[in-house]
Amino acid sequence: MINKITPTVREALANIQDGATVLIGGFGTAGIPNELIDGLIDHGARDLTVVNNNAGNGDTGLAALLKAGQVRKVICSFPRQVDSYVFDALYRSGKLELELVPQGNLAERIRAAGAGIGAFFCPTAYGTELAKGKETREINGRHYVLEYPIYGDVALIKAEQGDRWGNLNYRMSARNFGPVMATAAKTTIATVHEVLELGQMNPETVITPGIYVSHVVPIARTVTQGAGYKAA
Amino acid sequence: MSTNYQRRSKDELARRVAQDIHDGAYVNLGIGMPTQVANHIPAGLEVILQSENGILGMGPAPAAGEEDFDLINAGKQPVTLLPGGAYFHHADSFAMMRGGHLDICVLGAFQVSANGDLANWSTGAPDAIPAVGGAMDLAIGAKQTWVMMDLLTKTGQSKIVQQCSYPLTGIACVKRIYTDLATFACTATGLRLIDAVPGLAHAELETLVGLPIDATAPAEQTA
Repeated sequence: MINKITPTVREALANIQDGATVLIGGFGTAGIPNELIDGLIDHGARDLTVVNNNAGNGDTGLAALLKAGQVRKVICSFPRQVDSYVFDALYRSGKLELELVPQGNLAERIRAAGAGIGAFFCPTAYGTELAKGKETREINGRHYVLEYPIYGDVALIKAEQGDRWGNLNYRMSARNFGPVMATAAKTTIATVHEVLELGQMNPETVITPGIYVSHVVPIARTVTQGAGYKAA
Repeated sequence: MSTNYQRRSKDELARRVAQDIHDGAYVNLGIGMPTQVANHIPAGLEVILQSENGILGMGPAPAAGEEDFDLINAGKQPVTLLPGGAYFHHADSFAMMRGGHLDICVLGAFQVSANGDLANWSTGAPDAIPAVGGAMDLAIGAKQTWVMMDLLTKTGQSKIVQQCSYPLTGIACVKRIYTDLATFACTATGLRLIDAVPGLAHAELETLVGLPIDATAPAEQTA
């Protein structure tokens, strides 16, 4: 019998190793797996490479993970925020490596990893600083840059509903990086706000089929901005 | 400098851009000034707004107290979804962009060159925290990339230049530049005038920009 429902964050995160590449979903207030990030801080894994669209806000979540000194490198598209002072200080002091990636390349490189693509030619960033040193090719009169996949050891994502086979759906723009990150990691851990019985999820609207998912962790819905949900 | 002309206000500039958006267009409006274009799309047109974080059919901001923080735009502000709207994941969103499915993308800029090179992600300051977001993907993805900006910097330098001195976002990707003083097309051979605010003489505009501006092509005359 398959049962991916994992009752606690601690159990779901137990096997994360030092040096792991961790894909973390979320964009703005939507889709951030806050409970899993907090769990990763408690877990204490170090020397991590974190892949996220941003690099943390304020003192909580990803910023707290950075502040705890657990991260060696961040791969992201937009680290600079009005309240990204934790990242800013670590980056300026040279304690944190940054790989800045255009947002679409970030998504597509993760997608490529999950889809078994060895590399791909992409027009984005051609002729810019962010393509410096990369292989390029002219194809049918257009210039492209060779981009390599971003593989995760672990993906931490926030979904809406799930079942014991690991099928997931998402809520509104909280979907963002979740579905692609789920495909690109050896272990994908998703929080859900609702666990449904097998067969209760509409198969037509399963966004992430369970094959990509290792653990489904039920999390109570909290009515806060950070949790990306406001009660009706 | 002559004072017998008036700059377009922010609203007038947004209205000027909106006026060129066609019925049925799929449009991405960049963060900042371009976001205002949404408020000026002529009544009766159906224009579908895309947000890079996975929304088509994005609607206006919700009323106070109605915010849902699972439904936000690229600037991380709460928005709404229009009937007929759809959600999708990030790789689909940028495939939509890169694949040329969007008709128009409107972006802000630090500099644009006469042939359409765009610089809008970094001033190149050595101590700055770099950040690019979706700027490079947007710049080269849509069927038409339009820039919306003030023509001059606060110190009076033209932001339209022969060659960008700031780090590039994309090469020869800007088709039109909408500014507070005039509207231009970027072509392989340089700038072409589309319109200018009333009372701004061509010679004076060329002096402000510091580049030749072809005004021989048929220009759309608008206020």
